[in-house]
Amino acid sequence: MRSQALPGGRAASAPILGHDTEPTIFEMSVAGRAAFQLRTTGVPATPLDELVPPEHRNREVIALAEVSERDLVGHFTRLSHRQFSVDLGAYPLGSCTMKYNPKFCDAVAADPGLNSVHPGAPAALVQGWLELLVTLEEKLCVITGMSAATLQPAAGAAGELTGLLLMRAYHEANGDERKRVLIPDSAHGTNPASVTLGGYEVTTIPSNERGLVDLEALKAALGPDVAGIMLTNPNTLGLFEEEITEIAAAVHEVGGLLYYDGANLNAILGVVRPGDMGFDIVHMNLHKTFATPHGGGGPGAGPVAVSARLADYLPGPKAARGADGAFEWSTPSMSIGRVHGWHGNAMVLARALAYIDVHGGDGLKRVAQRAVLNANWLRHRLRDTLPAAYDRVCMHECVLSASNLKSEYGVRGLDVAKALLEEGFHSPTVYFPLIVDEALMFEPTETESLQTLESLAEAIERIAQRANDDPQALRRAPQSTPVSRVDEARAARHLISTEDAAGR
Amino acid sequence: MADYLPHTTEDLEEMLAFLGMDSLEQLFAHIPAAVRLTQGLDLEPGQTEPDVAEVFARYSRANKAQATNLTCFAGAGAYDHEVPAVVKMLGSRSEFVTAYTPYQPEVAQGVLQAIFEYQTLVSRLSGLPIANASLYDGATALVEALNMASGANGRSKMVISSGVHPHWRQVARTFAHGTGHDIVEVPLVNGVTNWGSVDVSGASAIVASYPNYLGVLEDLSVAKSLAASHDALFVLGADPVAAGVLKTAGQWGADVFVGEGQPFGTPLAFGGPYLGLFACTLDQIRRLPGRIVGETVDSNDRRSFVTTLRAREQDIRREKATSNVCTNQTLMAVTAAIQLGWLGTNGLREVATRCAQGAHFLYEEALKVDGVTAAFSQPFFREFALRLTRNATEVLSRMAGDGVLGGLAVSALTGGDDASLDRGIDNVLLVTVTERRTREQIEHYVDVLRKAVNS
Repeated sequence: MRSQALPGGRAASAPILGHDTEPTIFEMSVAGRAAFQLRTTGVPATPLDELVPPEHRNREVIALAEVSERDLVGHFTRLSHRQFSVDLGAYPLGSCTMKYNPKFCDAVAADPGLNSVHPGAPAALVQGWLELLVTLEEKLCVITGMSAATLQPAAGAAGELTGLLLMRAYHEANGDERKRVLIPDSAHGTNPASVTLGGYEVTTIPSNERGLVDLEALKAALGPDVAGIMLTNPNTLGLFEEEITEIAAAVHEVGGLLYYDGANLNAILGVVRPGDMGFDIVHMNLHKTFATPHGGGGPGAGPVAVSARLADYLPGPKAARGADGAFEWSTPSMSIGRVHGWHGNAMVLARALAYIDVHGGDGLKRVAQRAVLNANWLRHRLRDTLPAAYDRVCMHECVLSASNLKSEYGVRGLDVAKALLEEGFHSPTVYFPLIVDEALMFEPTETESLQTLESLAEAIERIAQRANDDPQALRRAPQSTPVSRVDEARAARHLISTEDAAGR
Repeated sequence: MADYLPHTTEDLEEMLAFLGMDSLEQLFAHIPAAVRLTQGLDLEPGQTEPDVAEVFARYSRANKAQATNLTCFAGAGAYDHEVPAVVKMLGSRSEFVTAYTPYQPEVAQGVLQAIFEYQTLVSRLSGLPIANASLYDGATALVEALNMASGANGRSKMVISSGVHPHWRQVARTFAHGTGHDIVEVPLVNGVTNWGSVDVSGASAIVASYPNYLGVLEDLSVAKSLAASHDALFVLGADPVAAGVLKTAGQWGADVFVGEGQPFGTPLAFGGPYLGLFACTLDQIRRLPGRIVGETVDSNDRRSFVTTLRAREQDIRREKATSNVCTNQTLMAVTAAIQLGWLGTNGLREVATRCAQGAHFLYEEALKVDGVTAAFSQPFFREFALRLTRNATEVLSRMAGDGVLGGLAVSALTGGDDASLDRGIDNVLLVTVTERRTREQIEHYVDVLRKAVNS
């Protein structure tokens, strides 16, 4: 059987040379050591006291670490060995789309022709960048079915807030005071937080027994004070909102706008577009859908695309095609203003465009198809071990539940997630969405092979067996990792967030 | 057909058969047909990597402002500093690059400890005890500081010096539409904030910049005492490189420090991804935006690191969170920790000193050029404004023809008239010098400037 080939995505063979803690760089510091080497400039070495008035000088030495280059390399290389990553093994972390990040896209971003360019240089000197940004905007609009986009927001949450400010500007320009934004109870936490910062109140819409927006409850919540609704489709349960056209009609009926949280865009590339579903504002997480590396928590990029009636409100300046064939900066007539210090996370944008170009329209559709295939295969494969919260065809991710293990053996979803680390896989997302008991949200992504998925499923079966055999031991997992479970309560009770913290 | 997908035809058949399906389309059958695409996306078909590389090489060639063509004297928060091979290589280790947010500390000690070291460095450079794990950039860090201030004192009036970078002020104004903040901008006179010209009463925050964006080192004791007497938070946006030799935000009495961390190991990169630095006093800890890493122990009593005080964050507190920030700029923070490890105590001081020496050398030489005067008679650190007898945008365009990115036109940064200039803005050029600029380059600059202004 083909699926018995050895998996490429399992990291349990990663060498671990020991369990000692790595000293901090400050603990390694020896006064008088140095690694830096600066250019010989020939600039007159005028004493600083002759250049800067004394009242501005800091007479105290700010102590950084003093290490040799060799020790610097040793330290950060050892730290890197204490870190799981996509390159090491499968990372089925639901809602985070931890797919393989093509190295080619990193190479593109390392080109000095792109990354040594000052962001404030005159437009005539950065024509390549402007063309790149215009091209990316146009392609993102094709992918989402929208009219225009801003590339400035630096991450998904920044995109959400930008979208809400667009919503506000649109309503205000129409002399329309609105107060509330509707959000389903399965939404990402950034949604309600962004709504508050956008100056709106949150109204939560319950999910129905199928895990979808309860259309009747939605209609009951709608009114002339509703600015809009934020949805992700497929939703955070990995399920497609099948009544989306009815939802869109109902929201539009009261003059509200539909906001699409693009966190789950990977599932629908080339299959269905937010614009065609009736959405007015769409943010994308380029670090998810278009595989730009997540950097241990960032950078991302959160472009926002809008329908034609909102285009004039977009942040500016934005790159545009000029009349003479040259590219230029242009600010939309009713722009809400800047949302980033410069032009957005440009290097992330360049990587995303390279990814889109390699895949093309056909490749992006294959991405969605195989992401959905992998999630469904895993859901079905684990149906007897960890049943799905909603057992039917899912999209790119599936929410499974460990409630059976909890009731039978007292083993929780968190224990399963932690034990999976020992098996050489990253954990799924735990306890989200909040509406599923003992939720384990798996998003295998399209870049993992059948062999890796089978190996992941077998690891979960072994964990379920351990729950039966020795639940006590399972609750102590993981032990083979660089550290075992950490005391989170202690970290919060006595905050030590720097080397200099009191009581350290 | 180019992609990164592992599925063979046999895999697809086996997997579909397992699901009782006979086509991939069947996976999407539950999506209403009315909204499904019947044709594919209207994009070109996929191309191979070497084919796409050709397209990107064309973008690259069209960027005349790249460092190999033009020697960079532009700054305004984006500086051409030395980034050595060792920092580039360590910062591009794929364990750091391809990890997610460290939510599983057992397998994320690498990123967590690097952030802990980064927090320590930001704390020391700012002179404030608490630093977070990074924000998007300096401009959005300022917005978070304003939100912290209104959370602390319940007020909404934000008094901001026009010496704060124009883009930062623009970003603050944008987000004020949602938060309802009342942004009051204080004009500059001869490059210095004229605090007395506005009504500060009822202020939530007093915001200054050090140096200000025109390069001027202002005496911040005025801003500090205003903040103290009105019980407002004193928010200081500061150049983190200056901390090598100048007073820290903490020494000036700031409650909150925000900064642009790009100078620490991140290339110019056309403006992003950069690094939002954020530090504050202990009493603001519960209002801290974004993530923070804390030290603890594991179940075997080994020192460990973990994201902590999570109850502030959006995924737990939802609409009551202190901020909506989730993804931040961790890789840039890790890179900054590596770069500062490379620089060390003496290296940072040396970089700061050389920036000041180069800038003052260029300043003195430039003032000898006919048609060039100092915009202000104020002390500066590494950046300064010149007033020309000619439009600064035109001058920059001429200088580019001679291989020099001669700085930034202040009018291009502000987008028009601005309270930071009390007389004509169009002829004001902002110039910076980093430790990478040689005497020869600086002398060439002056020659090129002379020609551009006078020919």
